[in-house]
Amino acid sequence: MASAAALKVLLEEAFPDAAELGVEDRTGGGDHFQVVLATPRFNGLSRLDQHRLVYDALAEPLRNGAIHELRIRTRGTE
Amino acid sequence: MSTTTELRARIDEIIKSEPVALFMKGNPEFVMCGNSSRALEALREAGSPVSAVDVLPDPAIRQELSALSGWPTVPQVFVGGELIGGADIVQEMGETGELEEKLAEALGPDYRDCAAERTLTL
Repeated sequence: MASAAALKVLLEEAFPDAAELGVEDRTGGGDHFQVVLATPRFNGLSRLDQHRLVYDALAEPLRNGAIHELRIRTRGTE
Repeated sequence: MSTTTELRARIDEIIKSEPVALFMKGNPEFVMCGNSSRALEALREAGSPVSAVDVLPDPAIRQELSALSGWPTVPQVFVGGELIGGADIVQEMGETGELEEKLAEALGPDYRDCAAERTLTL
Protein backbone atom coordinates (compact mmCIF):
# COMPACT_ATOMS: atom_id res chain seq x y z
CA MET A 1 0.00 0.00 0.00
CA ALA A 2 1.08 3.53 -0.79
CA SER A 3 -0.70 6.85 -1.08
CA ALA A 4 -0.73 9.13 -4.10
CA ALA A 5 0.40 11.96 -1.81
CA ALA A 6 3.42 9.98 -0.56
CA LEU A 7 4.48 9.10 -4.11
CA LYS A 8 4.06 12.71 -5.14
CA VAL A 9 6.45 13.79 -2.36
CA LEU A 10 9.09 11.35 -3.67
CA LEU A 11 8.66 12.72 -7.20
CA GLU A 12 8.75 16.35 -6.01
CA GLU A 13 12.04 15.64 -4.26
CA ALA A 14 13.49 14.01 -7.38
CA PHE A 15 12.07 16.60 -9.82
CA PRO A 16 11.90 19.94 -7.97
CA ASP A 17 11.65 21.80 -11.29
CA ALA A 18 8.65 19.83 -12.62
CA ALA A 19 6.34 21.92 -14.81
CA GLU A 20 3.54 19.40 -14.30
CA LEU A 21 3.29 16.63 -11.74
CA GLY A 22 0.28 14.50 -10.99
CA VAL A 23 -0.18 11.19 -9.19
CA GLU A 24 -3.55 9.50 -9.32
CA ASP A 25 -4.67 6.44 -7.40
CA ARG A 26 -6.49 4.76 -10.31
CA THR A 27 -8.57 2.32 -8.31
CA GLY A 28 -8.65 3.90 -4.85
CA GLY A 29 -6.94 0.74 -3.56
CA GLY A 30 -3.55 2.31 -2.90
CA ASP A 31 -1.60 0.15 -5.35
CA HIS A 32 -2.49 1.15 -8.93
CA PHE A 33 -1.10 4.56 -9.83
CA GLN A 34 -0.89 6.90 -12.81
CA VAL A 35 1.99 9.37 -12.86
CA VAL A 36 2.03 12.35 -15.22
CA LEU A 37 5.25 14.32 -15.23
CA ALA A 38 6.68 17.12 -17.35
CA THR A 39 10.07 18.56 -16.52
CA PRO A 40 12.87 20.32 -18.40
CA ARG A 41 15.14 17.48 -17.23
CA PHE A 42 13.39 15.26 -19.78
CA ASN A 43 14.24 17.53 -22.69
CA GLY A 44 16.27 15.57 -25.23
CA LEU A 45 15.89 12.25 -23.37
CA SER A 46 14.27 9.17 -24.92
CA ARG A 47 11.04 7.93 -23.35
CA LEU A 48 13.02 4.95 -22.02
CA ASP A 49 15.37 7.25 -20.14
CA GLN A 50 12.53 9.48 -18.95
CA HIS A 51 10.73 6.46 -17.50
CA ARG A 52 13.96 5.15 -15.97
CA LEU A 53 14.30 8.40 -13.99
CA VAL A 54 10.73 8.01 -12.70
CA TYR A 55 11.45 4.40 -11.72
CA ASP A 56 14.61 5.58 -9.92
CA ALA A 57 12.60 8.13 -7.93
CA LEU A 58 10.05 5.47 -6.95
CA ALA A 59 12.56 2.64 -6.48
CA GLU A 60 11.64 1.91 -2.86
CA PRO A 61 7.84 1.55 -3.24
CA LEU A 62 8.43 -0.45 -6.44
CA ARG A 63 10.91 -2.73 -4.69
CA ASN A 64 8.84 -3.38 -1.57
CA GLY A 65 5.66 -4.11 -3.50
CA ALA A 66 3.70 -1.03 -2.34
CA ILE A 67 3.09 -0.21 -6.01
CA HIS A 68 1.43 -3.08 -7.81
CA GLU A 69 0.85 -1.27 -11.11
CA LEU A 70 2.37 1.97 -12.29
CA ARG A 71 1.39 3.89 -15.40
CA ILE A 72 3.72 6.67 -16.49
CA ARG A 73 3.28 9.49 -18.96
CA THR A 74 6.24 11.81 -19.32
CA ARG A 75 7.33 14.71 -21.50
CA GLY A 76 9.92 17.42 -21.66
CA THR A 77 8.98 21.08 -21.64
CA GLU A 78 10.25 22.10 -25.08
CA MET B 1 14.04 -25.24 -12.93
CA SER B 2 17.47 -24.31 -14.19
CA THR B 3 20.12 -22.51 -12.19
CA THR B 4 20.20 -18.73 -12.12
CA THR B 5 23.08 -18.55 -14.59
CA GLU B 6 21.34 -20.85 -17.05
CA LEU B 7 18.12 -18.91 -16.63
CA ARG B 8 19.81 -15.61 -17.36
CA ALA B 9 21.54 -17.08 -20.41
CA ARG B 10 18.22 -18.45 -21.71
CA ILE B 11 16.47 -15.08 -21.24
CA ASP B 12 19.36 -13.33 -22.99
CA GLU B 13 19.15 -15.80 -25.88
CA ILE B 14 15.40 -15.14 -26.28
CA ILE B 15 15.93 -11.37 -26.24
CA LYS B 16 18.65 -11.61 -28.89
CA SER B 17 17.11 -14.24 -31.16
CA GLU B 18 13.38 -13.45 -31.18
CA PRO B 19 12.20 -10.70 -33.56
CA VAL B 20 9.84 -9.36 -30.89
CA ALA B 21 10.01 -10.70 -27.32
CA LEU B 22 7.30 -9.83 -24.82
CA PHE B 23 7.96 -10.70 -21.18
CA MET B 24 4.57 -10.61 -19.53
CA LYS B 25 2.37 -11.88 -16.73
CA GLY B 26 0.40 -14.78 -18.16
CA ASN B 27 0.40 -15.63 -21.86
CA PRO B 28 -1.37 -14.20 -24.93
CA GLU B 29 -4.31 -16.59 -24.44
CA PHE B 30 -4.66 -15.81 -20.76
CA VAL B 31 -3.23 -12.43 -19.75
CA MET B 32 -2.86 -11.96 -15.99
CA CYS B 33 -2.22 -8.22 -15.77
CA GLY B 34 -3.61 -5.01 -17.24
CA ASN B 35 -0.23 -3.63 -18.27
CA SER B 36 0.74 -6.88 -20.00
CA SER B 37 -2.57 -6.74 -21.83
CA ARG B 38 -1.96 -3.16 -23.02
CA ALA B 39 1.50 -4.05 -24.35
CA LEU B 40 0.17 -7.13 -26.15
CA GLU B 41 -2.73 -5.21 -27.71
CA ALA B 42 -0.40 -2.46 -28.97
CA LEU B 43 1.81 -5.10 -30.62
CA ARG B 44 -1.22 -6.83 -32.14
CA GLU B 45 -2.57 -3.58 -33.54
CA ALA B 46 0.80 -2.87 -35.15
CA GLY B 47 0.69 -6.32 -36.77
CA SER B 48 3.77 -7.45 -34.90
CA PRO B 49 4.99 -11.00 -34.36
CA VAL B 50 5.04 -11.82 -30.65
CA SER B 51 7.18 -14.34 -28.78
CA ALA B 52 5.75 -14.25 -25.28
CA VAL B 53 7.40 -15.40 -22.06
CA ASP B 54 5.39 -15.71 -18.86
CA VAL B 55 7.36 -14.41 -15.87
CA LEU B 56 4.92 -15.70 -13.26
CA PRO B 57 6.02 -19.36 -12.89
CA ASP B 58 9.20 -18.37 -11.01
CA PRO B 59 10.15 -15.03 -9.35
CA ALA B 60 13.73 -15.68 -10.54
CA ILE B 61 12.64 -15.04 -14.15
CA ARG B 62 11.66 -11.49 -13.32
CA GLN B 63 14.80 -10.89 -11.26
CA GLU B 64 17.11 -12.11 -14.01
CA LEU B 65 15.18 -10.24 -16.70
CA SER B 66 15.42 -6.94 -14.80
CA ALA B 67 19.10 -7.55 -14.06
CA LEU B 68 19.72 -7.95 -17.80
CA SER B 69 17.56 -5.09 -19.02
CA GLY B 70 17.90 -2.57 -16.20
CA TRP B 71 14.12 -2.13 -16.32
CA PRO B 72 12.32 -2.79 -13.03
CA THR B 73 8.77 -3.61 -14.13
CA VAL B 74 6.90 -6.13 -16.30
CA PRO B 75 5.89 -6.17 -19.15
CA GLN B 76 9.04 -5.57 -21.17
CA VAL B 77 9.10 -5.47 -24.97
CA PHE B 78 12.24 -6.12 -27.01
CA VAL B 79 12.42 -5.53 -30.76
CA GLY B 80 15.45 -6.93 -32.57
CA GLY B 81 17.20 -7.49 -29.24
CA GLU B 82 16.64 -3.94 -27.98
CA LEU B 83 14.40 -2.91 -25.09
CA ILE B 84 11.80 -0.48 -26.41
CA GLY B 85 9.79 -0.14 -23.21
CA GLY B 86 6.97 -1.27 -20.99
CA ALA B 87 3.23 -0.95 -21.51
CA ASP B 88 3.08 2.86 -21.46
CA ILE B 89 5.86 3.46 -23.96
CA VAL B 90 4.73 0.71 -26.32
CA GLN B 91 1.15 1.97 -26.20
CA GLU B 92 2.29 5.56 -26.83
CA MET B 93 4.49 4.41 -29.72
CA GLY B 94 1.50 2.52 -31.12
CA GLU B 95 -0.66 5.65 -30.98
CA THR B 96 1.93 7.84 -32.73
CA GLY B 97 2.89 5.26 -35.38
CA GLU B 98 6.44 4.97 -34.03
CA LEU B 99 5.91 1.31 -33.16
CA GLU B 100 5.20 0.35 -36.75
CA GLU B 101 8.22 2.38 -37.87
CA LYS B 102 10.41 0.63 -35.33
CA LEU B 103 9.16 -2.80 -36.38
CA ALA B 104 9.72 -2.05 -40.08
CA GLU B 105 13.18 -0.72 -39.36
CA ALA B 106 14.23 -3.69 -37.20
CA LEU B 107 12.44 -6.54 -38.98
CA GLY B 108 11.98 -5.26 -42.52
CA PRO B 109 8.98 -3.61 -44.20
CA ASP B 110 7.17 -6.94 -44.64
CA TYR B 111 7.21 -7.77 -40.94
CA ARG B 112 3.42 -8.26 -40.87
CA ASP B 113 3.78 -11.36 -43.08
CA CYS B 114 5.32 -13.30 -40.19
CA ALA B 115 3.12 -11.89 -37.45
CA ALA B 116 2.54 -15.12 -35.53
CA GLU B 117 2.06 -15.27 -31.79
CA ARG B 118 3.82 -17.91 -29.80
CA THR B 119 4.57 -18.63 -26.18
CA LEU B 120 8.04 -19.71 -25.12
CA THR B 121 8.83 -21.64 -21.98
CA LEU B 122 12.06 -21.23 -20.06
